[in-house]
Amino acid sequence: MKILVPVKRVLDYNVKARVKSDQSGVDLANVKMAMNPFCEIAVEEAVRLKEKGLAEEIVAVSVGPTPAQETIRTALAMGADRGLLIQTDADPEPLAVAKMLKAVVEAEGPSLVIMGKQAIDGDNNAVGQMLAALLDWPQATFASKVELSAGSVRVTREVDGGLQTLELDLPAVVTADLRLNEPRYASLPNIMKAKKKTIDIKSPDDFGGLAVAHLTVKKVTEPPKRTAGVKVETAAELVSKLKTEAGVI
Amino acid sequence: MAVLVFADHDNTALKDNTHKTVTAALALSGDVDVLVAGKGVAGVAAEAAKIAGVRKVLTAESDALGHQIAEALAACVVPLMANYEALLVPATSVGKNFAPRVAAALDTAPISEIIEVVDGSTFVRPIYAGNALETVSSADAKKVITVRPTAFKAAAEGGSASVSAVDPGPGAPKTRFISEELVKSDRPELAAAKIVVSGGRAMGSAEEFQRVIEPLADKLGAAVGASRAAVDAGYAPNDYQVGQTGKVVAPQLYVAIGISGAIQHLAGMKDSKVIVAINKDADAPIFQVADYGLVADYKAAVPDLMTALDTVKA
Ligand SMILES: Cc1cc2nc3c(=O)[nH]c(=O)nc-3n(C[C@H](O)[C@H](O)[C@H](O)COP(=O)(O)OP(=O)(O)OC[C@H]3O[C@@H](n4cnc5c(N)ncnc54)[C@H](O)[C@@H]3O)c2cc1C
Ligand SMILES: Nc1ncnc2c1ncn2[C@@H]1O[C@H](COP(=O)(O)O)[C@@H](O)[C@H]1O
Repeated sequence: MKILVPVKRVLDYNVKARVKSDQSGVDLANVKMAMNPFCEIAVEEAVRLKEKGLAEEIVAVSVGPTPAQETIRTALAMGADRGLLIQTDADPEPLAVAKMLKAVVEAEGPSLVIMGKQAIDGDNNAVGQMLAALLDWPQATFASKVELSAGSVRVTREVDGGLQTLELDLPAVVTADLRLNEPRYASLPNIMKAKKKTIDIKSPDDFGGLAVAHLTVKKVTEPPKRTAGVKVETAAELVSKLKTEAGVI
Repeated sequence: MAVLVFADHDNTALKDNTHKTVTAALALSGDVDVLVAGKGVAGVAAEAAKIAGVRKVLTAESDALGHQIAEALAACVVPLMANYEALLVPATSVGKNFAPRVAAALDTAPISEIIEVVDGSTFVRPIYAGNALETVSSADAKKVITVRPTAFKAAAEGGSASVSAVDPGPGAPKTRFISEELVKSDRPELAAAKIVVSGGRAMGSAEEFQRVIEPLADKLGAAVGASRAAVDAGYAPNDYQVGQTGKVVAPQLYVAIGISGAIQHLAGMKDSKVIVAINKDADAPIFQVADYGLVADYKAAVPDLMTALDTVKA
């Protein structure tokens, strides 16, 4: 079986996002970019399924600018077999990404799509669900455990209040949560091997096009700042301030 | 325009997230209906009918809806959207799971976790773990929006809406519910609690987490939260996680114990009214957002705190 893993290049999670002074967005010039952490978890899960002999081929796909090739290369170094970049500088909205991924699925014919639950730039948490809907496939989001069999996949999901386990007929879309696995670091030999793997470069028009945006970002601003308060010396002082000054206990 | 609000409930009780989402909906329109989709939800629907400002309550019932399966919820909601210009869904794990499915079926771009309604088509939402706020406007005729409940006040009681049943739809033929493990607790629910006490990696073990954090929470009548590090290490259940990718809380009082204050954690709690941090590292970033900081080893500070609370309450 073939597994498709969509991966997104985002601001590295260790870097604090800075809003541009003209309020047009977040400043991404000369800052460290990396694979979205949830996508890394998705790649890791796909590679583990392949290592268990449950999958034959893993294709990593990204929609993004030229340097998104590096993100795909990271997936290849982790163990994906080949890559596909739908190259655009447009930063398409989740709906447009989902539509292009649908066209990729139709061209590639995977039995399973594993992807991140959320990209930590836009924090949308939407593409996986939309892709599943557009394909009329079942979905299991926020996965913390994936058990794959011939015609179905059993997924334990992190939900408010605890865990839920579902079984989906394949083909299906699964989105990864934090505790699904701990992604590996690519070893040097695997990084070298990944250099020989192919990445096809295509344009949005090869997969239905970018279409007209439904959303317009009017401005991006800084959130109100919290000012640091005071340091207290003792627990007793803390309690007295919480009672008399803050009035919260 | 008419707006449909998706009710948050557990088939037994209506949750406050619904009232908060109704407030966001009333900022868009005077014609607000509430959908209660589930199994055996007559009682929940009766509660929803009492929310002030609600025009009518719709109920939809089936086994798949009872388990809040995304495919079933979307299949039920999509046809209803013929009568509405917007769907507002609380940004819970259920809401985030199914709302984008509805959006895709309507060829609409979903708008996630709004914290403000600017006008009928413009909304504010946090991005980059809350380090930036995006004002976004939608050209879609029908809008699909998830609402961050902590950003809106709960709508009042005092309504008397009618209740009627609608078609539950075809269920989820390709998805089977297998099981559910819900954490049982007598404490207030994390997302809705007035006080939250959270523990971090510093706890070192599940036993220590229970020994230190839980009695303090009990004394304060608080819900218990945790950092990702504490959850990953198994000190606390996964649904205790507060942060960018866990729960977002905004209580009157948030007490962070042995938590460094990574941006992903701050994303989930920095809108709390009062923040207290106890950390032995005076340079921990949590102190940059804390109203009251105590630089101390929690092993000494928490027992002192328990004693001081007894004194002040006595
Ligand atoms: C994609 C992604 C999503 C994430 N989402 C979340 C999220 O939703 N929520 C979240 O919390 N994190 C999240 N994280 C993780 C986050 O980046 C941090 O790693 C995490 O919050 C750290 O947890 P911590 O503060 O408990 O641990 P640490 O950073 O290790 O901090 C422990 C603190 O305890 C203090 N300490 C140690 N011993 C004592 C003592 N005896 N007394 C007092 N203080 C002591 C130390 O000084 C230190 O400040 C996410 C990360 C990624 C990559
Ligand atoms: N531009 C993109 N290219 C490839 N995959 C993407 C892209 N945007 C989002 N995704 C996938 O969708 C997941 C959820 O993203 P989002 O819905 O934007 O939060 C990500 O973790 C990726 O797996």
